[in-house]
Amino acid sequence: MSALLDVRNLHTEFRTGAGLVRAVDGVSYTVDPGETVAIVGESGSGKSVGAMSILRLIPDPPGRITEGQILFGGRDLLGLSPEEMRAVRGSEIGMVFQEPMTSLNPVLTIGRQMTETLQQHRGADRATADRRAVELLSLVGISDPERRLRQYPHQLSGGMRQRIMIAIALTCEPKLIIADEPTTALDVTIQAQILELMTGLTRRLNVALIIITHNLGVVARYAKRVNVMYAGRIVESGPAADVYHDPRHPYTIALLRSVPRLDRPRQARLDPVEGQPPDLTRLDRGCAFRPRCRFAIAACAEARPPLEAAGAAGHLSACFRRDELGAAQAAA
Amino acid sequence: MTGIAADRPLLEVRGLRMHFPISEGILMRRQIGEVKAVDGVDFSLRRGETLGLVGESGCGKTTTGRCILQLERPTAGEIIYDGVDINSLPRRDMLALRRRIQVIFQDPYSSLNPRMKVGDIIGEPIMVHGLAADATRRAARVRELLSVCGLDPNFADRYPHEMSGGQRQRVGIARALALEPEFIVCDEAVSALDVSIQAQVINLLEDLRERFGLTYLFIAHDLSVVRHLCQRVAVMYLGRIVELAECDELFDNPLHPYTRALLGAVPIPDPTIEAGRVFQPVRGEVPSPINPPSGCVFHPRCVLAVESCKQARPELRELKPGHWVACTQVS
Repeated sequence: MSALLDVRNLHTEFRTGAGLVRAVDGVSYTVDPGETVAIVGESGSGKSVGAMSILRLIPDPPGRITEGQILFGGRDLLGLSPEEMRAVRGSEIGMVFQEPMTSLNPVLTIGRQMTETLQQHRGADRATADRRAVELLSLVGISDPERRLRQYPHQLSGGMRQRIMIAIALTCEPKLIIADEPTTALDVTIQAQILELMTGLTRRLNVALIIITHNLGVVARYAKRVNVMYAGRIVESGPAADVYHDPRHPYTIALLRSVPRLDRPRQARLDPVEGQPPDLTRLDRGCAFRPRCRFAIAACAEARPPLEAAGAAGHLSACFRRDELGAAQAAA
Repeated sequence: MTGIAADRPLLEVRGLRMHFPISEGILMRRQIGEVKAVDGVDFSLRRGETLGLVGESGCGKTTTGRCILQLERPTAGEIIYDGVDINSLPRRDMLALRRRIQVIFQDPYSSLNPRMKVGDIIGEPIMVHGLAADATRRAARVRELLSVCGLDPNFADRYPHEMSGGQRQRVGIARALALEPEFIVCDEAVSALDVSIQAQVINLLEDLRERFGLTYLFIAHDLSVVRHLCQRVAVMYLGRIVELAECDELFDNPLHPYTRALLGAVPIPDPTIEAGRVFQPVRGEVPSPINPPSGCVFHPRCVLAVESCKQARPELRELKPGHWVACTQVS
């Protein structure tokens, strides 16, 4: 099976007052049709910029995609004209963002925002578009859809607005949905509802899903594969079970150890990742995690470790000591 | 007398209500309703204890904290701090009391003045309360506070924007400590921080509690963090406490259907455990506090609800020693 999305050596830069920021610095990964892939990382790791690059929504200036290919269904999205790209965004790739209030237009009714996409991309007439909108709202679990279509975003709750965003993302039956922190702004119980809805629907409709999140629990519950990002690069990648049970990058190990867990006895003290997040304008040629790493050696200052096979099939790590780490973890 | 003072809770909240009026009209303003942000809350805090106050947005946990901090004037109820009702204090005594109660906010970006140097941010309360004889001594105290909070004392000359989120939150903590308080309200104090930084700040809060004998009211929505930090936990829903217990008891043996729903909604960072979990998200959304449901406010979303839950509001009952639940359907 060939990949639906094949991101190859993607570089996205921002020119800032403080200097050049390589927000995405040589990222490669694939997403198969119907697959759920998580991209996990902290602020500044490049996880959102990477997703925005796929959609070509990087504001230029100050941002620019400088290198790489984004093959979607065999076509390089970076070679498309703005019009062609707009068609891809509306109908082949759907988007769900963190804050639905800022991604919905406050002065248009829900109905107008939903039918617009259908009329634009599918040339549907008004009545067909309305019918489809009602259908989609029921699909995402909104009761009384006819009434909701006449309402404005501010009349709905945060959870309901996110359901609308999912309905809009599904409007043209896309092959891929990119969800950037889709539930971060929502409460725990609503977050659970929205994630269940999203993963259930994508499975049923065979839509591939990229979930971008900082929440390690969300990844564990919903993603088959995971890419861990740090300072613009993927530092570890693989099937979620392998990455969680046999982490091969010191950052992943430290991250998993630092979170308090409800399923384990209370610890006397947490084991944090020491140090501060990297300043992206001042990275040297070595590994960006080196200053915070407990396993750093002299070689780490000389060059960035490439992302290479570690442990089980499909498991990759960008650490010179990835093989030792596996053994050390097993012994511990 | 001293014996009584030692047994006395440091803080007692009794029947706290905070109703915000909703008004309509421009020339002839009239009240058309009220938001019952906090609607009858009772709890107490022992000296040196950390009490967690958890719940989703709009449950009233932040408003409860703001009432204790005297940032809101409650509609009804008493807040008794160290034996004194703080709402009936004369202004001068209030200022003295305010020194003993401090706050750490969620967002270190918006709670620090961007035009002030870190040294001035931390030094300001020391100056206002006249706690340092002169500028030199004040500067020395600021440097000491920075180092207590794990920051380089030279950060005193920096501006907040020159620091990372975790460092800024440490500045917020240093400012709260400047007046040598005994009680700190931590309002989502680690929620905005990245995962790798969050653990650092949690450890710092624990160290400070030990070192200075602090008492915390820890307001948060992240249940795993609350479980780690708190000795007792109160779960709030729509302005009321629905369950209150010792921390381990609450997490090992949750009784209220809402507490159970909250705990079930938290995903565990382990794909194997998650694959084996049967998960049924709680239905519906949090109702509006303007027009809350009758009887038990959780009944429209509750799996255990029966007809009588719509009639009478369940009171908190002590089902086991120290374990309080506001539900008639559990035992």
